[in-house]
Amino acid sequence: MTAPRQRAAQPFEELVAEHGALVMRVCRALVGPVDAADAWSETFFSALQAYPRLPAGSNIRGWLVTIAHRKAIDQLRGAARRPEPARELPELAVAEPASADDDDELRAALDALPLKQRGAVIYRYLAELSYAEVGELLGSNATAARRSAADGIASLRKRLSKGTS
Amino acid sequence: MTTDKQIIDRLEQGFAGSSTAFDTDGRLHGRLAALAERQGLLDVSYCTIDSPLGPLLLAATGKGLVRVAFSREDHQSVLSRLASDISPRILRTPRRLDKAARQLEEYFAGKRRAFTVPVDLQLAHGFRRSVLLHLREIPYGETQSYTAVAKAAGNPSAVRAAASACSHNPLPLVLPCHRVVRSDGTLGEYLGGPEAKHALLAMEAAG
Repeated sequence: MTAPRQRAAQPFEELVAEHGALVMRVCRALVGPVDAADAWSETFFSALQAYPRLPAGSNIRGWLVTIAHRKAIDQLRGAARRPEPARELPELAVAEPASADDDDELRAALDALPLKQRGAVIYRYLAELSYAEVGELLGSNATAARRSAADGIASLRKRLSKGTS
Repeated sequence: MTTDKQIIDRLEQGFAGSSTAFDTDGRLHGRLAALAERQGLLDVSYCTIDSPLGPLLLAATGKGLVRVAFSREDHQSVLSRLASDISPRILRTPRRLDKAARQLEEYFAGKRRAFTVPVDLQLAHGFRRSVLLHLREIPYGETQSYTAVAKAAGNPSAVRAAASACSHNPLPLVLPCHRVVRSDGTLGEYLGGPEAKHALLAMEAAG
């Protein structure tokens, strides 16, 4: 007996409520406080577009973080070549106000990491993805992702203990 | 000396934004909804309103109001069913339901006798749909029997089916299934519960 192919049926509103804050943290870590709101909006807009085709039982958090990852890469490659939706984004009435509390020292240390390590640290510890998922996101595997995350944490520790000792 | 654990804790806390919760003013959500609407990706909008019969869920497609639900139907599971029956592209966007909300408010205040918001009947098919279409012809303050409704909808022998159509009405209040009662004068089933049906008929009889 063939069952009809099951599609995602959780209302999209619930995804925003459940994962919105986590995706925002990932966006802040990836692109910084100024561009985070745009990255967040583009992530959820793309997700909304693709959502009806997402197979049931998919890991929603991993899927959203993957989209945020791609949006962040687009943004880092330059505002000049923004993808379509960015131009369509209505301006926010006020600039995102919450930047004051961001850990700037940590951000600078993260930015100094090689891309793989930076990605591994953010996706493992901020987005709480499994090493297998992190590996997939970074085009490697679980073992490599585990190593990159460990190396990343080690060099963050070195860099950040300098200022505090 | 800094430990790995401290670094990880700092990571978890360092990008949480301000100490207040995420998007408390709803600006990001509003922007997403506005963009989705402009790009034709907002398939279902919804909101909840207060009423004398408890909280009501209102949901609309681009065509019109598609669902009104009492809280005893469990709004969360109603939304899940809309996600599978219509589309999971569902966002809470009260602005798109302003008109329906206002008309319901006026109705409960005794200031409105008929609803003029466009409706989308895609959740009802065949005979059920014919029954629902007929409901609007039953005037405010009057009642009709299930037998009479079955006849008016084109199938006099389908009394049970007519009753079932009423008790599964996706748009209660707006399509007034509460005005349909049993031939013996007892009220019959109602999505909002028997007390709600009684209260509505009493309110309309008084107006």
